[in-house]
Formats: sequence, structure tokens, C-alpha cells
Amino acid sequence: MSKARVLVGTRKGAFILTADGKRKTWDVSGPFFNGWEIFHMKGSPADPNRIYASQTNSWFGQVIQRSSDGGKTWEAPGGGVGKSPQGWPTGESNRFVYDVSAETGKPLTTHQWYDGTQHPWEFKRVWHLEPSPTDPETVFAGVEDAALFRSTDGAHSWQELAGLRGHGTGPNWQPGAGGMCLHTIVLDPKDANRIYIAISAAGAFRSDDAGKTWKPINRGLHSQYLPDKNAEVGYCVHHIAMNPARPGHLFMQLHGGVLRTDDAGDLWTEVGAGLPSDFGFPIDVNSHEPQTIYVIPIDGDAGRIPPEGKLRVYRSRTGGGDWEPLTKGLPQQHCYVNVLRDAMAVDQLEPCGIYFGTTGGQVYGSADAGNTWEAIVRDLPSVLSVEAQTLP
Amino acid sequence: MIRVVLPSHLRKLGGTGSEVHLEIEGQATVARVLDALEARYPSLSGTIRDHATRQRRPFLRFFACEEDISHQPLDSPLPEAIASGKEPLYVIAAIAGG
Repeated sequence: MSKARVLVGTRKGAFILTADGKRKTWDVSGPFFNGWEIFHMKGSPADPNRIYASQTNSWFGQVIQRSSDGGKTWEAPGGGVGKSPQGWPTGESNRFVYDVSAETGKPLTTHQWYDGTQHPWEFKRVWHLEPSPTDPETVFAGVEDAALFRSTDGAHSWQELAGLRGHGTGPNWQPGAGGMCLHTIVLDPKDANRIYIAISAAGAFRSDDAGKTWKPINRGLHSQYLPDKNAEVGYCVHHIAMNPARPGHLFMQLHGGVLRTDDAGDLWTEVGAGLPSDFGFPIDVNSHEPQTIYVIPIDGDAGRIPPEGKLRVYRSRTGGGDWEPLTKGLPQQHCYVNVLRDAMAVDQLEPCGIYFGTTGGQVYGSADAGNTWEAIVRDLPSVLSVEAQTLP
Repeated sequence: MIRVVLPSHLRKLGGTGSEVHLEIEGQATVARVLDALEARYPSLSGTIRDHATRQRRPFLRFFACEEDISHQPLDSPLPEAIASGKEPLYVIAAIAGG
């Protein structure tokens, strides 16, 4: 019978939850990297035992960890690659340096700061790690200040795909309250040249040449924070999701708006009507039903808490619209947690399993496509990210 | 031989003991100590000073002989007691506050 493995990143370490295909009884292991923020962990689709993790904190900065045994043991993979003149290894795996070389890079451009002045790019942390669907050694990293990096040697070393930062609209990109982060990376499994990314607050971008050049794909988005209603960039996209079986059809949770596109982002259409709030962070797609999507509405203007103190997942089976609240097993009073953008995931089992983690430390799971929910764990540190793996 | 005492998170990350002993050629400076430290423990690279700017990370301080030397240039000579290994160089992390 297949198994499920759920990777949970929190403000104080990482946790790994495992269950058999029924997903009724869970084993919880961790904390790994105790005391560090784990912004994101994700396993390679090509080798589920290869897991990458972004370990960070304000004191010591960014560390990349990886596991080759499904999360039992971890290593910072930089050791042993480069050699210093003395013959010692150099720690390239933690090194994210913007590419400003004349041959492959772009000048260190500026972006908008909170006060509207221009500010140089400064690396702060890795928000999201996206392993290649076909090669366990290839992984992409979305970082703050917004840029995209790629490693093709198992996270030993990283190179910036500088065409994105140097796209030309950078001076109009601006940080949200959480920082100017590249938080979403969606790889087209049928076309290795096609990559989607999203940045708060710049918007969504697409590359059709494996990351060399990029175009903004924000037509149809709106923002009350932009004086120009037709602005090409400046949008606070919170998350984008795609069912791998249906590339080109994507769903977006915007800072105020739920949208879909059926043409790879050339035009987005609002589909959030009927939700108690069109604000929220995560969005995901059912593994077996590409038109079934899930969001978790949050009161955007009133403290980022669930409306009416009720934690509700909303499901649409029609690709947006006809939203139904899923509440069975979720707290329906006095609940004031938030669910962050990378903290919801689906597995590939039948029926589709859905998982999300809260800022209150609960990880909820549904083994029946959202009809019923159960807390897998209740008292973890504040949850930053959740990813699900399906194991043979 | 120079002795370095690291915060517990870095001891764990680098797999070091309670105190790191490093051999430095030439004048002992913080920069040379960090070069040797990062070379021996590559996973610590970037955790004490920024990869790109080479500047000390803002939540860390360097203490030597009961003095805060954090704001001295990184290539300033270290006190003789540090250079000789009589006293350790401390890398101190800011208090978490919560």
C-alpha cells in the first residue's frame, strides 16, 4: 500500500509526518534543526528520498540542507565540493550571490523600498525550494530579495537565473510586509523550458526558455495599492498552483482576489465570488480533479484571521465559483490562526489527501478530498510550510 | 593556535566541539580566523559574515579579552592573549528575547 509523507517547516525546526495509505494513524518525527526557521522543505518527484530544506534565522543567515534517505539524516551539501587553496572544502551550498558578471549576469539593479525610494538587492533567505520533476540533482530556489537560483549538483552550488531580476521592471517591484520574496515556483512537467514564478509584490512571471528570459503575466490582476490600474508589475501575488496533469491552467490567490488562467497566464479571470473573503494565502488543486481547487479565506483587512473565528477550507469543483465550505473536523468558533502561502499541499493518493498547517501549530489533514478533517498534530511551533509526498 | 568559542547553534551546525582550535599563518586577525574557520567547517560559511559583503552579520558580536571588538576593522590585529591561545575569541549571538 502507498504511504504519505508530510514535510512541515516551522519557526522552530522541521517535522516529518508519515502514515500508510489510509492516512488515519500518523507517526511524527522531529524536531529537525531545532531552533531554526525552516521556511520550506520539498522532496524530489524523481527520487522521494531526496529532500531539500531551507534552514534560516536572523542570527546566522541561510543554510541549505538535504536528505538522501527520506529525512532520517541530513547534510549541508556544500562540504567537499570546492577546494580552498589550503585544500579545505568551501561551503558553496549556502552561497546565494546575485550574478553581476558581464557574461551571464545583470548589474545589481535596484527595487522599490517601503518608502518608495530605490534600494539595492540584498540576499536574505530562501523562501521556496522546487526540485526538478525529472532530475533529483536539479533544484530551484526562490529567494528574498526576489530572485531565482538553480542548482544542478544537488544543492552543492547555486547560480542565479539573472534574466528575471534584470527583466527591466525591477525598479517597480516592492516588498510586502514580509519582504520582497520569490515564494512560488511552478515547473511545467511537460515542457522543461516553461517556468512560472511569483513575487510579492511584483506579480507573476513566466519563462518559455528555461529561465533565460521572462515576461510578466499579470493581465487581469488588480491592486488597490497601485495608482496605475494597468500596471505591468507591482502585484502582491500570494500563491499559484497548477495540477501537473494540466499545464497552462493555473490558479492564483492574490492579495485580494482568487483568479484562474487557461492560457498559461496571458489573461487571469476573477473566480472568488461567493467566498467570505477573497483574501488568503495558500491555494491548491486536487491531484485527480484538475478543476477542484481549495482556498482558506482570511480576513485581509482585519488582522489576518479567519472570518467569524471559523477555520474553513473552501472548495470549488468547477475551477472557481460554486464555493462550498469544508468545516467538518475544523474549529468553528474562537479560531484566530492564519495559514501561510506555502502551508497547504495535496498528496497523490486516492482519494486526494489535503494538508495544511497553521500559525497556531496545528497540522490538519483530510484523507477524503476535504470532506472531513482531523488534526494530525496540534502543538507544533508556528507552521511556515507544508508539502506532501506520496511513497510507493 | 587560536581558540574560538561559537554559539551553540553554530557548534551543532558545523559539528564542532565546544571550542575550535585553528592555526593561523601571519598576523592574527578576525578576518583570518574566519577564513580558517570557514575553510575547516564549510557549513559555517556565510553564517558569521555575509557571503557577498564579507561583513559581520548584525546579530553577532566578537568579544576578545572581555572587550567587544565587533566594530573594529576585521583585519585589525587581535590581542596577544588571543593570538597565543591564552584566551579564546568569542562569537556571541544576540539574545533571542522570546
